Amino acid sequence: MMTTVGSADFIRILPELILSIFALLVMMLEPVTPLGKKTRLGWVSLAGVILAGLAAAAISYFPGAAFSASISNDGFSVYLIGLLLLISGLTLLGSMSYLERDAVDHGEYYALILMATVGAAFMVASTDLIMVFIGLEISSISTYILAGYKRGEMQANESSVKYFLLGSFATAFFLYGIAFVYGLTGTTNLDIVRETLTNSTGTPEPQLLWLAVILMFVGLGFKVSTAPFQVWTPDVYQGAPAPVTGFLSTAPKAAAFAVLLRVLVGSFGHVASAGPVVFWLLWISAVLTMCVGNLAALWQSNVKRLLAYSSIAHAGYVLVGVTAGGADGTSAVLFYLAGYALMNVGAFILIGHLAGPGERRTEVKDFTGLAAERPGMAACLTVFMLSLAGFPSTVGFFAKFYVFRSAMHAHLTGLTIIALLNSVVSVYYYLALVVAMYMGEGKTEVSESPVPRALGFAIAVSLLGIFFLGLFPSGLLRGLTSLHVPWL
Amino acid sequence: MLLGNHILTVVTFLPLLGAAIIAFLPRGNSGRIRMVALVVSLLTFLVTLALLFGFNGSGSGFQFEEVHAWIASPPIQYHLGVDGLSLILIVLTGFLTPLCVLVSWTGITERTKEFHVFLLALEAGTIGVFVSLDLFLFFVFWEVMLIPMYFLIGIWGHGRKVYAAVKFILYTMAGSALMLVGIIFLYERTGTFDYTQILASLSNGSLPLTHTTESLLFWAFLVAFAIKVPLFPLHTWLPDAHTEAPTAGSVMLAGVLLKMGTYGMLRFCLPLFPGASREFAGLVSALAVIGIIYGALVSMVQPDLKRLVAYSSVAHLGFVVLGIFAFNTLGMEGAIYQMANHGVSTGALFMMVGMLYDRRHTRLIKDFGGLGTTMPVFSTFFMIVTLSSLGLPLLNGFVGEFLIIIGAFHARALWGSLAAVGVILSAVYLLWMYQRVFLGEVTNEKNREIPDCNPRERWMLMATVAVIIFMGIYPQPFLRQMDVSVSQLLARVNPAAVSAHSAKPPAPSASAGLGLAADPPAVDPRSRGKDRESQPGMSLHSEATISKFGPPARKAPAKSELVAQTAGGASR
Repeated sequence: MMTTVGSADFIRILPELILSIFALLVMMLEPVTPLGKKTRLGWVSLAGVILAGLAAAAISYFPGAAFSASISNDGFSVYLIGLLLLISGLTLLGSMSYLERDAVDHGEYYALILMATVGAAFMVASTDLIMVFIGLEISSISTYILAGYKRGEMQANESSVKYFLLGSFATAFFLYGIAFVYGLTGTTNLDIVRETLTNSTGTPEPQLLWLAVILMFVGLGFKVSTAPFQVWTPDVYQGAPAPVTGFLSTAPKAAAFAVLLRVLVGSFGHVASAGPVVFWLLWISAVLTMCVGNLAALWQSNVKRLLAYSSIAHAGYVLVGVTAGGADGTSAVLFYLAGYALMNVGAFILIGHLAGPGERRTEVKDFTGLAAERPGMAACLTVFMLSLAGFPSTVGFFAKFYVFRSAMHAHLTGLTIIALLNSVVSVYYYLALVVAMYMGEGKTEVSESPVPRALGFAIAVSLLGIFFLGLFPSGLLRGLTSLHVPWL
Repeated sequence: MLLGNHILTVVTFLPLLGAAIIAFLPRGNSGRIRMVALVVSLLTFLVTLALLFGFNGSGSGFQFEEVHAWIASPPIQYHLGVDGLSLILIVLTGFLTPLCVLVSWTGITERTKEFHVFLLALEAGTIGVFVSLDLFLFFVFWEVMLIPMYFLIGIWGHGRKVYAAVKFILYTMAGSALMLVGIIFLYERTGTFDYTQILASLSNGSLPLTHTTESLLFWAFLVAFAIKVPLFPLHTWLPDAHTEAPTAGSVMLAGVLLKMGTYGMLRFCLPLFPGASREFAGLVSALAVIGIIYGALVSMVQPDLKRLVAYSSVAHLGFVVLGIFAFNTLGMEGAIYQMANHGVSTGALFMMVGMLYDRRHTRLIKDFGGLGTTMPVFSTFFMIVTLSSLGLPLLNGFVGEFLIIIGAFHARALWGSLAAVGVILSAVYLLWMYQRVFLGEVTNEKNREIPDCNPRERWMLMATVAVIIFMGIYPQPFLRQMDVSVSQLLARVNPAAVSAHSAKPPAPSASAGLGLAADPPAVDPRSRGKDRESQPGMSLHSEATISKFGPPARKAPAKSELVAQTAGGASR
């Protein structure tokens, strides 16, 4: 089948194009930028992100498919691309001073963040399994490098290698699943896959279809770190530079959830023979993920590790929304991803700053007495923690509330109760950090360095977002419910 | 009126505004911070008084209502309102907060700014809980107010403060998690979070609940409230939190926060799930009686003054729960009145224990003795408050406990009698404590130099004692404000009691005013439905119910007179 590629195709991937061009630009500028002035490249990348954001806003007026229906420019993808750009923008703002402080300010960093975003953006927009896979790889390979960005450190190396090895396994699983789908339907285009599967009266081999679904789920489960595929997460998150961890725990995760929604729920969830498998896979892994994440987090003494387990738990809550499905569940998930991105990126870049040169102080006890020394920062970190714990008037509360409501709406009362009890357990470990900062005896040797302006701005943006969405969530939610989600 | 229709918004957010102002004051000037906090809390108190006097006791339904859309999807409204159940608790909160500022005047020297921010935020959250008529809004306030309390205990507390703070917050959140499931469930069935709408659709039968569903929902709400009250056996967080909290924290905890639990039962459990309430009333009452006896017995053996007062709260709140689940006018009004009494009396006890602690840095009973000779003024105040707490006639505690015991006796004679034993026990532990601390010779040399009340403390205690005495000899104005709300609630939860009345010939005599309720018969839900159909006047908002019951304005004095008579008689 010959298809022509026209300008419409390129317009519909404009954000990704802009990001790729800027990534290349940063790479080319890097050798000519004098040492110590590499932060400029960060600003260049930020400009790229902003431009891409404008492009994303613009292409929302040109919905439709591109490149032989392998890319879909719909409300769902535009929203998620916007979210990914927000994450990378905040990460860039929070990284510049961090990289300078730890003397690892090289231009590649910014280019890699941009490329990782490009990959993630392709993941959320792809309607062809091969495209999904390519996006996954672009994003993964960039993040493997980012995890080990401080190459002089053992921990960073461990983090990177672990992430690389396990991530490669995961993508292999995913690819294997794609192969089965192709074998069953003769195509990798999701729309055709769904049509073929629904129209064929009873798939000849439902077991093969189940196997395909399970394999793809395993692959994505690695990416969003659902139990039991979460083992890599704490080590990688702890070893990677804090701003990178903030990025890792949000952007690729959001993209993987988008794929989970589009591929598993959207394409296979509605197929009679595969629907129950998808549902129970999601249900079981939601319960496991929440419980494992929260219970393991209770015993952590390192803040980054604690937040790593917390991110596993949050993946579990998101899975509750995915399990609930439908318009309600989907919009709740999309809301959750935005709220989670705001609080987690903010928390990680703040911790990266507070941990001091070389990130030496990342134990919970290192934060003892912070409230007396740096009351403002302690207050900010407290807000992040309270939001992660899901207290009202922060976005964390509404994120959880919408997810749980969608679950109740889908008559998943048992799952909701499990999730709520889990969120009570989580309060304990989020407060552990607050306890240390406000109630611990003793003084901390906090960095006296003032908050760099860019980092302060990023934190202010996330705080504003947390409170705004925590008090007036309906605007965003209404937008999300009216979003054009193709499979609903 | 000056405040227009926004008096409830003002009373809720005025403290928060004060907290915001304090947050922008310079850190060093503690005096100014305290002054701002005091002025704001006094202003809030004045607004609550305006609320009290502006409230129309004979009007049915909610008053000062405010409804604004807050969140469009799901439809969550900013819906505020007060009725006879919540009015007195709002005033109580307004009354106690300035005292909390005053009691911390010299005791809190570190991080005064944060302290007062949290204290005022706590007041705002608490009032918010009492005025919310949207289940979601209620839940938001219910959760938000945990955070300031958590910090108050955790930062300015004593001893194992972190343990106490975390225990407090985890217990409460575990309970409220289930409540949230219940709230969302109700929303899914009705499509609204609005309390009045949900109540209407539950009471007019447009939202039929199966027996199991109603029971489950009842427990989902009740457990959250029972933890807060706390009802035996969910009380274990209380001694730790009360004992380790700073004085102001203990006063707010005992004075107001515990009432959020009993208020929740009155506001949500009973009217929303009347069938299940009737079914489990016996069980809950039994737990309440166990709490009364257990709390009293444990108080008796406490070596620590503050812990003693803390355990006495378990006993006192047991009375309140017993009164609520008696399902008759006396028990219920007694319970509401006792909530306010306990707030004032136990709040005052905690304040005075705090004053002793500020002087001697110990709370152990054995470290004191003979303080009556060195601190005559203080001991007098302490005596009055102790007597009020143990329920001496002419003081406030008597009115509440007396009404509750009569109400409970009519509902379940055995529990009523056991509760009366609890009154005796409370006299034992309180008087014994008083004797060991204040009477006899000065046993510890350090107590000889202990200064008596300073003017600030004297004013605080005088205000408290004045309230105690006023509420003891003249309860009518308070009780009258609750009459309509309580009879509406009873019409919903115990139609048997009301129909027994309506069957009787008119003449709202004193005995009718007693609201004598026979033991609520185990009503089959279906036949209950029929009952309601056959009596069109039984619906919740119908004026007919009230008129059958005797016009409230006429009924109330009858009962209140009775109370006054008994009070007078006993004192004679």
